[in-house]
Amino acid sequence: MASTQVNPTRMELTKLKKKLATATRGHKLLKDKRDELMRRFLDMVRENKALREKVEAGIHAANKNFLLARSVMVDEILDVSLMAPRQEIYLDAHTKNVMSVDIPEFEYKTKTQDENDIYPYGYAFTSSDLDDAVKSLADILPDMLRLAEVEKSCQLMAAEIEKTRRRVNALEHVMIPDMQEKIKYIVMKLDENERSTQVRLMKVKDMMLEQTYRYSERYKLNE
Amino acid sequence: MYKVAVLGDRDSIYGFAAIGLDTYPVENDLDAAKILRDLVQQEYAVIYITESLQSKLESEIDKYVSMRLPAIIPIPGVSANTGMGMRNVKKSVERAVGSDIIFNND
Repeated sequence: MASTQVNPTRMELTKLKKKLATATRGHKLLKDKRDELMRRFLDMVRENKALREKVEAGIHAANKNFLLARSVMVDEILDVSLMAPRQEIYLDAHTKNVMSVDIPEFEYKTKTQDENDIYPYGYAFTSSDLDDAVKSLADILPDMLRLAEVEKSCQLMAAEIEKTRRRVNALEHVMIPDMQEKIKYIVMKLDENERSTQVRLMKVKDMMLEQTYRYSERYKLNE
Repeated sequence: MYKVAVLGDRDSIYGFAAIGLDTYPVENDLDAAKILRDLVQQEYAVIYITESLQSKLESEIDKYVSMRLPAIIPIPGVSANTGMGMRNVKKSVERAVGSDIIFNND
């Protein structure tokens, strides 16, 4: 395995141990981040689903109303009526940091605050169906903007969760076991070296004693 | 100050002009991709796009998914709801969780 490439030195061991401690800590933190992101994501995606259902139904209804308006009005008049909109939307986008994901937050202002003042035409030549249609669309606008905010956040969070999960898995299944193996290898190698040094020292000591006191000759004499 | 744009076939989007959104009617797909690219460069925070157009511009739109702004949001057009928007939500759940746990009953 990869552990054979590592130098079995004490310095390398200290370095690896430090790295392992960091990796373990990082793993724990990332795991926490993933769990929290997931919790928020699930809340948000539920809201997203509900909003989308509402907005889709709303737009469907508005389209129906516009179809009705078109059926009773001349196309030219309809076009002219909607040509110069009175209402305008000013959107302000902030970012909110949720677990290191920058998610957008929209705040919007409309040009005319009065909701009866949104119709960009006089009432003389238009059908009341057009009023209904414009009104129904104006009513779902806040939900549409909220949907944009939530849906974008969901997309960004999904990407971040995917990334975090990969990191957690890489740490858990590759980096940490790899480092543990390397550390084990170094410890074993160092122990082995120590034992061999000790044996060598014992042997040398024996030899030195032998040289000074000549044990073997004395034993021979005694025999 | 950001603005809001709506992109799609004329019949589906002309109503949005009345409530103050900028509408960009498109005739063919080539124009649509070009207009979308232009809109992204400009100060639009939200771009609503009809589902039928979204399915044609998918590769183009995927480029902007990871950007914070603009948010490109599919909306149903005049022709029937294709379920594209819901599918996108489902896709992001699958991406995050690994399997779909929100929509499993349908």
